[in-house]
Amino acid sequence: MSVRRSTVIFAWILLFPAVLYVTVIVAYPLVDTFILSFTDASLKKTTNWVGTANYDKIFNATFAEVIARTFVWTAFSVTIKMIIGTFGAVMLNAAVPGRALFRVLTMPPWIVPMAIGIFMWGWMYNGQFGMISGMLQNSGLVDGPVAFLAHGSTAFWATIITDVWIGVPLVTLYMLASMQAIPQDLYEAAWTDGAGRFYRFRRITLPLLVPSMITMSMLSLIATFNSFDIIWILTQGGPNGDTTTMIIDTYRTAIGSKKYGEGAARAVLICIFLSIFCIAYFRVTHRLASGESR
Amino acid sequence: MNQPAMINRYRWYELAGIYAGIFVFLSFILSPFVEGFLVSLKPLGLLFSSPYRFLPENGSFEAYRTMWVSVPGFARYIFNSFFISTIVTAVVLVLVVPSAYAFARFKFRGSGALLAAFLAVNMFSGAVLLIPLFRLMRSLGVLNTYFAMIVPGVAFLIPSGIWLLRTYMMRIPRELDEAAFVDGASHFYTLRRVILPIAMPGITVVAITTFIGSYAQQFIFALTFNSKTEYMPLPIGLYAYFGRQEVIWNELMAASFVGIAPAVILIFLMQRYLVAGLTAGAVKQ
Repeated sequence: MSVRRSTVIFAWILLFPAVLYVTVIVAYPLVDTFILSFTDASLKKTTNWVGTANYDKIFNATFAEVIARTFVWTAFSVTIKMIIGTFGAVMLNAAVPGRALFRVLTMPPWIVPMAIGIFMWGWMYNGQFGMISGMLQNSGLVDGPVAFLAHGSTAFWATIITDVWIGVPLVTLYMLASMQAIPQDLYEAAWTDGAGRFYRFRRITLPLLVPSMITMSMLSLIATFNSFDIIWILTQGGPNGDTTTMIIDTYRTAIGSKKYGEGAARAVLICIFLSIFCIAYFRVTHRLASGESR
Repeated sequence: MNQPAMINRYRWYELAGIYAGIFVFLSFILSPFVEGFLVSLKPLGLLFSSPYRFLPENGSFEAYRTMWVSVPGFARYIFNSFFISTIVTAVVLVLVVPSAYAFARFKFRGSGALLAAFLAVNMFSGAVLLIPLFRLMRSLGVLNTYFAMIVPGVAFLIPSGIWLLRTYMMRIPRELDEAAFVDGASHFYTLRRVILPIAMPGITVVAITTFIGSYAQQFIFALTFNSKTEYMPLPIGLYAYFGRQEVIWNELMAASFVGIAPAVILIFLMQRYLVAGLTAGAVKQ
């Protein structure tokens, strides 16, 4: 009994620094955001309680559009990331010469500071002189220059593509790791029975990858919902707010216009969505884990 | 010939298909870097001319020289990035190693919930918490210092560090702890003399991924909590190449490559650990 108690005390001593740190830097700000969302906090010295006024102000047509846009942007980005990332993993899983090098070459977008990759995309999207517009013109597909970031619909897709590009390496490496965790004897047994390569892929690899795909999609969903740097550097939410997602909108309100109270109300909404995703993630991974052990 | 070798033998058209697929995939991944590098070789006049040319005519490494002249403080930005990432990594390790051990070894009431709470931190990016963090930094008096970027940076790198190292430590046989304990070693002594040496590869992986994470994610905190030029990290410092009239693209790209070179070299040297680290996280326990 006393041994057990000393063990528990020791565990808490080990955990204390990290718990304290995260409480002060994450949990406290989370609570503070909630409290601030009911005030008119700004650069002014005094802060007044305003009840739900900030929330009343939010719920209008423009903000509904921002929410809808955030979901569409996130859904497209996650879907494309998963497709390209899984495709890359399947290709890199093949036992061909040079694959070790190819795997390393997958990593740069993930490892390089995000801002730098985004600057490069910013140049490629440049209408007058950029690579994509230039190549399209040279090949005769379009007549004049295409300024991708200057028009709403192209800017929307341009920011998605850049987000996909940054997110793909992690998906690929994760899916690759899960593919290599599939027991080799399954393939050998199928091969002995005369199953072809494509048949083995469809009947062994794909079904066994589904749990990893679900896990990765949900992780990717949460990360993508939080995506800030890409849109901020490329368009700052423009043109005419066509790439303004909830995060960008919150940043503009809170840090740009210094309306802390209104910004906090927006942040609370983001937190609510994220919590829903988070609970769904834990539920799903839990179910997957118990399904595996059955 | 043994079975695994036979099973992996490809027909020529399968091989061609795989290489074609890899080529398409890697083109998407690498084209911004190729284009960025070619831009860094082109004189500014050629960049701002139509029609577009992919390959540089009379290209040179001139921009790699002039970038230091246009932005004299550039070396400082690289140093700042390295300095911030190093401190962040050190602090994260100090916080993560003991907690990961606690989560890996001890079951107590609430341990599962606490671990879930840590993982939930991963779900919230710093962007959501910027307002209170800004006020917190202001009241701590650390706005416009290195701390303004270090303190929040650490918090968001703790969860994945704990997760990674916990998975690693759970693979260390429990018998080792028990043997040390039976011999009369204290908990603390066991951790320091038995577990830490064995867990070193895992700790290395956590250190590397934390360093990369910190190096890659300095943008938003630096953008919001620091306005002093002398403390700016690389991603924000690059904005110095955005002139009033136009962006000095060739120097911006040259500076980007110079800025990422140290990190990329580190990654190529450590890539085995990186893949191992990711795989460890992927294998469920």
